[in-house]
Amino acid sequence: MELDVQYLLQQLVNGLSNGMISALIAIGYTMVYGIIELINWAHGDLCMLGAFFALTLIGALGIGAWSGPMAAFGVVILLLATAGFCGSLNLIVDRFAYRPLRRAPKLTLLVTAIGVSFIFVNLGLFWGGLPMTVFGEGNAAAAPKNFPAIVPATPILGGEPGQVTLTVRDLMIAGVTMPLMVGLWWLVRHTKLGKAMRAVAQNPTAASLMGINTDRVIGATFFIGGALGGFGSVIYAINNGTIGFQLGYRAGMDAFTAAVLGGIGSLPGAVLGGLLIGVARSLSDGYLEARWTPTLVFTILILILVFRPSGLLGLKSKEKV
Amino acid sequence: MSPMATPLLAVRDLRAGYGAIDVLHGISIEVAKGEIVSLIGANGAGKTSTLMCISRVLRIRGGSISFQGENITDLLPDTVVRRGLAQVPEGRKIFPRLTVGENLEMGAYIRSDAEGIEADRARVFTLFPVLKERLSQLGGTLSGGEQQMLAIGRALMSRPTMLMMDEPSMGIAPILVARIFEAVKELRSEGMTILLVEQNARAALKLADRGYVLETGHVVMTDSGAELLKSSRVREAYLGD
Repeated sequence: MELDVQYLLQQLVNGLSNGMISALIAIGYTMVYGIIELINWAHGDLCMLGAFFALTLIGALGIGAWSGPMAAFGVVILLLATAGFCGSLNLIVDRFAYRPLRRAPKLTLLVTAIGVSFIFVNLGLFWGGLPMTVFGEGNAAAAPKNFPAIVPATPILGGEPGQVTLTVRDLMIAGVTMPLMVGLWWLVRHTKLGKAMRAVAQNPTAASLMGINTDRVIGATFFIGGALGGFGSVIYAINNGTIGFQLGYRAGMDAFTAAVLGGIGSLPGAVLGGLLIGVARSLSDGYLEARWTPTLVFTILILILVFRPSGLLGLKSKEKV
Repeated sequence: MSPMATPLLAVRDLRAGYGAIDVLHGISIEVAKGEIVSLIGANGAGKTSTLMCISRVLRIRGGSISFQGENITDLLPDTVVRRGLAQVPEGRKIFPRLTVGENLEMGAYIRSDAEGIEADRARVFTLFPVLKERLSQLGGTLSGGEQQMLAIGRALMSRPTMLMMDEPSMGIAPILVARIFEAVKELRSEGMTILLVEQNARAALKLADRGYVLETGHVVMTDSGAELLKSSRVREAYLGD
């Protein structure tokens, strides 16, 4: 069998494009794990609620009908508003669900996160059942909702048969994710808040002895991780075309696997893991069969957890002085 | 010893514990401004718990703590630091994956006066020149003694009125222990008030104006450092004479 280079490259483009979305969501898992050692089970579902929020906003403002520069403006509104929504919701959940458990065993925290996930999924189901035009009024609550193609999949490179195609949508994904990742990197490395986040992650007792209000820093971490998930949910919804109350499970599982693959707690790891999972998914879609793709993702997750739980870039073990 | 008129730090009948176990059974300690006061006692006597209570990290089950005449019993740990009471914790607890410079920066977290921070950084480098050489190195790569110097320097960066030090000589090469006790003397000469917890009771009592002896969560003796050094009970139990 002859290797079709163009086909392979196209799979890689698609994979990297989807992988950047996974990476953005994976960062939310890895940041929260890094600072309080919680696998935030509800993070994917938070992104699902973000997608419902974005669709509701589209309906309320009529963004679906905007075109040209107005459409670009609409995307910016959606991104910022959804980021604010998801960040605030994550902050509120931390305040009322996780903060009272700071001294509790980690398992208590995990079970609580699973509970929050259930609440979010049912909120999504309720939200989807609201009689809104933008939800295709009259459809069942659980039915997938169409998400308008505000950013068209117009080719900007290639587009002819036999050419590798890059679309406006791919450009949007890169244009949203890359500056956010660079910005986050800068924040964590160079700002006072970023350094305090790392200090709290490395030794919360010592951090509070420095005068750092650890609860506030942890809250900021939840806000930032949630906000990035909000950005991710908008570009995921635009790219995917439909949303549903189970979106958090699929997108969340990809992103969680990405975070574990890269090494949970590591920011570069989350990005690397996201890109690898994206490429693995598209290669599976393109060369195996799409129905095997979730199996492949789970297989990667299990293999990593069994053979290299610290992931590709994670710390070998936690230092305790 | 008669009670002080207005001690800088006054701990009264402090009770605390972990889970079902009480470790402090009513500790009372006073520290006057400019004093070095030493807490000595065996492992498990409650020295570290006392400091962690004063820093408001460990939950208090009874008693009260006042600092500069104000009740700080119900404050959060970060507010205690803002009030001017800093701690160099047991085991140093530096941030291993922050650089030496970033560790010092975290010490100055509560401040925003760039010039004052820079001046205090220079003062820390005068006290411990090795920290300047290691500025961009990760904290975790320093030797134990260097980490202790970093922990002291980091605590000084908040420009505290009073410093609590928990076992600064533990697990450190003897030559560096001498350097660290030198630094404590220098701080005292600059007017710093110090509450010093030490396993090295002889060195601590030589340095201290006064001392308290803790046994199983009680204060069993208190006197001037010189008198405690002479006491047969202290000599037998803590000085190995």
